[in-house]
Amino acid sequence: MSGNGDSTSRRALVALGRDPLAVTGGVVLVLLVVAGLAGSWLAPAGINEVDVDRMLQPPSWAHPFGTDELGRDVLSRVLVAARVSLQVGAVSVGIALLAGVTLGLFAGYYQGWLDNVLMRCMDVLFAFPVLLLAVAIVAVLGPGLSTAMVAIGVVYTPIFARVTRAGVLSVREQVFVRAAVATGASDLRIMRRHVLPNIAAPLIVQTSLSLAFAILSEAALSFLGLGVQPPEPAWGRMLYDGRGFVTDAWWLGFFPGAAIFLTVLAFNLVGDALRDVLDPRQLTVSEARRNAG
Amino acid sequence: MTGESVAADAVAELTDLAVWFPTPAGVVHAVDGVSLTVRRGETLGLVGESGSGKSTTGLALLRLVEPTAGTVQVAGQDVTRWSRRRLRRLRRHVAMVFQDPQASLDPRHTVGASIAEPLAVHRLAASGAARRDRVAELLDLVGLRRDLAERHPHELSGGQRQRVGIARALAGEPDLIVLDEPIASLDLSVQAQIMNLLRGLQRELGLTYLFIAHDLAAVEHMSDQVAVMYLGRIVESGNPAQIWREPAHPYTAALLSAVPVADPPMQRSRQRIILAGDVPSPIDPPTGCRFRTRCPQARPDCAQTDPVLVEIGSGHQAACLFAGEAVRAMRAQPVNASSP
Repeated sequence: MSGNGDSTSRRALVALGRDPLAVTGGVVLVLLVVAGLAGSWLAPAGINEVDVDRMLQPPSWAHPFGTDELGRDVLSRVLVAARVSLQVGAVSVGIALLAGVTLGLFAGYYQGWLDNVLMRCMDVLFAFPVLLLAVAIVAVLGPGLSTAMVAIGVVYTPIFARVTRAGVLSVREQVFVRAAVATGASDLRIMRRHVLPNIAAPLIVQTSLSLAFAILSEAALSFLGLGVQPPEPAWGRMLYDGRGFVTDAWWLGFFPGAAIFLTVLAFNLVGDALRDVLDPRQLTVSEARRNAG
Repeated sequence: MTGESVAADAVAELTDLAVWFPTPAGVVHAVDGVSLTVRRGETLGLVGESGSGKSTTGLALLRLVEPTAGTVQVAGQDVTRWSRRRLRRLRRHVAMVFQDPQASLDPRHTVGASIAEPLAVHRLAASGAARRDRVAELLDLVGLRRDLAERHPHELSGGQRQRVGIARALAGEPDLIVLDEPIASLDLSVQAQIMNLLRGLQRELGLTYLFIAHDLAAVEHMSDQVAVMYLGRIVESGNPAQIWREPAHPYTAALLSAVPVADPPMQRSRQRIILAGDVPSPIDPPTGCRFRTRCPQARPDCAQTDPVLVEIGSGHQAACLFAGEAVRAMRAQPVNASSP
């Protein structure tokens, strides 16, 4: 029934396009996605092409990002590692979104003891420092890419549960929810058709910000050797491997680090812009300014 | 629908309904012993100030609030103890139109989706095409263009939105429609249009209404029966002519005197009854008659005895120890006889 679209989301897109920071972030994200999807084709060399004659060469035309201690092309490895970062971001935030939204919906909609039990559990998870909790989960499940993704997903679930619950608490008091109850709609239908669409904006913002943190967490886990296992490239792992050569071969750590930095920055820029644009009060303020000017 | 007895054509019946809300300050007696009957094809006008419990009474008919005591009967069935699952079926038979049409429509749904909600919930349309046809038909019924189905509520005017609210209420072909101040938040010019629409629909489709309003003027032209509420109780009920011409309860008389008359000489010569003070707290209602703290005719007996509704004419009831007499005395006194 949403055929010709919601004018709110259309206005939001237009407003995003006017924000240079959001556009910059968006461009970086597009490049990241391209690298993630086509990294192996774009890469000038194979990621595990060892060449003892070309060890630890500084950046040059042949190897723009230099080579590592095994003579592997750093640019190729950084490009291919983008896939891991994207995958970790998408899967772990997907897990957190699904679990957190479900828990937050039920807690906020039914309130009472269910709300208390669910949200106290979330508080317990929230109480731990993010990385400590992720490390603990990986320690239990064993290191590797998939357990790292699960661990990061669990760690970010409470944020989504809280954001969702807060939204549900305000939406469920709206007259249109009571009107839906009055027509005889079931609780599940009301949650799906009336509550969720009306709390989509804060969830979209939270998703884009969490993607940045999830990628950062994966880099940290890989740095600690608990994420992606060698020889597969991951930015965090490359940073770890390069730390021994900081004084001799700065490029080993610099380029993966820059990739992490740019990716996180891009997600944050887009997330902040989305928050400004999707917040109805912000929208009216900027519109008021535009109308006055 | 034999018409043999009163109960046979009752669409909805409340018996000694009480709805209390516990709050930190104490228990709010929102509705405290209300009995009323809505007959098929008729309109019952329920009038009272804000806080009188009139809206809560309406919500209780759909079991949207939990009755503390008393029974709710709809179409001959006692629904007071129905489970949540069964209640969803009840809500096909009783529909509701809300005061604020903007707030009562989901801003993210199209007009068509809002109107089709009862059809989807109760599986009343066999296919998507059947649903669209029915929505178009409902839009025709409430006097809206069919292409508005694709619009969102914020693109509509207040009057159009309320027409959408009415179309949604009609969708499930309910036995009873609870109209909770359906025109109170609309522009004056639009109010008359919506009233005419409601009246026309009733004639055409044989609808039954519980019409909730805060002033008597709004319900006078539409109602077959009128009940006046004060602090969770019905203080007077009867047909509009009885209420209008010979109000028996001082509160009804005060409400009536607040209605302006479109006749300047008569308006000037009229006796205005101005009530002193505010409605007392429903947490701690006055002893005896609940109206006595504001009643210009309160007497010592009124603090002792809690008056019940008594028949004072054919179908005309009032809950006043001095029904009729008090109103005559009020009207005989000079203006502003309200000081205690």
